[in-house]
Amino acid sequence: MAERIYVFKRFERFWHWSQAALIIFLMLTAFDIHGTYTIFGFEKAVEYHTIAAWSLMGLWVFAIFWHFTTGEWKQYIPTTEKVMAMANYYLFGIFRNAPHPFRLTQLRKHNPLQRLAYLGVMLFIGPLIWITGVLYLFYADWPSLGLGGLSLEWVATGHVIGAFLMLAFLIAHVYLTTTGHTPTAHIKAMVTGWEDVD
Amino acid sequence: MGHSIIRATLLACSAAWLAVTGPVFADEPKPEVKPLKLTTTANHTKFKELQQQFLTGPDVTKACLSCHTEAAGQIHRTKHWKWEYLNPATNQKLGKKNVLNNYCISIAANQAACTNCHVGYGWTDNSFDFTSEQNVDCLVCHDTTGSYKKESGTGGRVFGKDTEFPPGSGNIIKGINLSNIAQKIGKTSRDTCGGCHFRGGGGDGVKHGDLDSSMAVPEKELDVHMDALGLDFTCATCHKTSSHDVAGSRYAPTAKDDKGIQTRGKAGSGNPATCVACHGNGPHKKEARLNQHASKVACQTCHIPTFARGGIPTKMEWDWSTSGKLDKDGKQFAIKDEKGHNIYESRKGDFKLGEDVVPEYAWFNGHVEYTLLTSTIEKSETERTPINKLGGSATDGKSLIWPMKVFRGTQPYDPVNKTLVTPHTTGPTGYWKTLVWDKAIEEGMKDSGRPFSGKVDFVKTTMSWPITHMVAPKEKALGCVECHSKESRLAGIQGIYIPVRDNNRLLDTIGWSVIFLTLLGVIGHGALRIVTGRRH
Repeated sequence: MAERIYVFKRFERFWHWSQAALIIFLMLTAFDIHGTYTIFGFEKAVEYHTIAAWSLMGLWVFAIFWHFTTGEWKQYIPTTEKVMAMANYYLFGIFRNAPHPFRLTQLRKHNPLQRLAYLGVMLFIGPLIWITGVLYLFYADWPSLGLGGLSLEWVATGHVIGAFLMLAFLIAHVYLTTTGHTPTAHIKAMVTGWEDVD
Repeated sequence: MGHSIIRATLLACSAAWLAVTGPVFADEPKPEVKPLKLTTTANHTKFKELQQQFLTGPDVTKACLSCHTEAAGQIHRTKHWKWEYLNPATNQKLGKKNVLNNYCISIAANQAACTNCHVGYGWTDNSFDFTSEQNVDCLVCHDTTGSYKKESGTGGRVFGKDTEFPPGSGNIIKGINLSNIAQKIGKTSRDTCGGCHFRGGGGDGVKHGDLDSSMAVPEKELDVHMDALGLDFTCATCHKTSSHDVAGSRYAPTAKDDKGIQTRGKAGSGNPATCVACHGNGPHKKEARLNQHASKVACQTCHIPTFARGGIPTKMEWDWSTSGKLDKDGKQFAIKDEKGHNIYESRKGDFKLGEDVVPEYAWFNGHVEYTLLTSTIEKSETERTPINKLGGSATDGKSLIWPMKVFRGTQPYDPVNKTLVTPHTTGPTGYWKTLVWDKAIEEGMKDSGRPFSGKVDFVKTTMSWPITHMVAPKEKALGCVECHSKESRLAGIQGIYIPVRDNNRLLDTIGWSVIFLTLLGVIGHGALRIVTGRRH
């Protein structure tokens, strides 16, 4: 019988799923605004996108607070240890039923590739999107904020790059959730908090 | 003792008074209330000065001035009287006296007809006395009867009885009841202002596009402010007059008003006719984003979705070069469109009309430079000569994106002197009768005091009219996608990044390629896992 570890605490699971919902909704409205398709139409999509964006920023305030007060931020400290082993596993080992090179514990709940990927999302894609997004929202105030030299085109371009990167991350992330010891194991863990460990 | 006598006397008196007048609460008909004017403190029908038969306009004016002693002097200072305006920004001498356009072109040698819309009597030629007080026309703006009519070809004269004019000509001009009009005088109205401004360019709606007779009694849909059953603004509600000088100008417009709401008594107030003067710089209460748009976009751009919306078409193009054709009997003729509007006249050429017209848009900072008779122009097949050049750019900090009626014309010019020309069109020797260009232009240019080579050619011109009237109710303001789309109304606007209109195609291609490759990667990876039959 496999060992069970409580990896995702209640707030963390709330954070994850509400963030997931918000990000998916933001993407849905984003590409509506972008003109890729029409679901809500530009006007409504902008309205919903803005509301969702403020909600997500509010959620982040709580999440950042939580990470620092609980020390959970340390879970994202990058490491080079076993990175190659992980890459090797996903590229080859996984098809040969090789053993997973990483064994998670409560203190190390992300494998080295996850650490890098999530850190990248939190330190690069996230800030890229929300800095450009907030600038977008306060476009008319740039001159009075001393930002008159900014180019809306660059801000918009950055925002769109961020959106594509986030979508690519989402696709890969969702796919990789199926690589647990059963296809739904990781998803169950994110719902219940408990992960089965071999 | 003495006390009770007084009391008894008082009681008796009260009883007697009641017996005479009856109790105050008795249900008796109230005494007739005299009709009271609330819009003015003076009932002009009571004035002896106006209880006479007036034979001419100046007779009326003299009566007006006997009380309103400063009125004529005030009028003398205005554009409405002088038809002249020195633009301090460009030092150009403008006004109807000096500018020309690509409609009927100019007033030179046509004063007797054009001054039908002058606030004066008798400007038939350049000898008109601009210092005359009695020649000021009070009634044209202050008539409330609708029966006032200045006679075309007379320099805007009116007569109190049927009169032969010019004397000895045999031409009888029908008299109007000037006494009645003078006694019923009142404030200006959409009708009085509209008498000329709805009919600019010589006919209903011809010139402006956002002013025509549908604005006399407009519905809310057509003009949210003038809505006859709603706010019922007159022109003067916005174009607030002081000393008879009407605020608002096409020669030096306020393109960007950052002064906010104009509080009474506040010093240094600007143009009271702007939207901002009442609505302020941040009028959108629910959507802050719309206020942000106002840093680049004029109110009019979103709030006037189309012009000429009232069912009356406006002229969009005029080609003078095709004029002069005659029918098989050698007579002038006209061609009408299916709605009965002229689209060709022998004397004027071809027209294109427009209704419910989507404006063109341009950066505009209020700077207007005219091509005058003194300007040298080059004929070009590709580029039109601008009659008025509007200043403005994305970067000057003074411009907003404005809606425009852009009127395109083909009009006569002098290919030797390379100037526009001012043909004499009206009257017995004018082009509209003779259909002979060189003679008509010679007369007009002589009147303008400018040289004419005798050669006539045609040049394509363009003239921009910033659109500011026919403000729709807010529900009818433009939606986002009118501009934020690939088919943007602002397609021609340079120097600004408009989301969606300016999406970077290369970025989209790269972005979707990345997404496609990611999908391909995970699908391939997943397929391999299934094929290799491993649970991981």
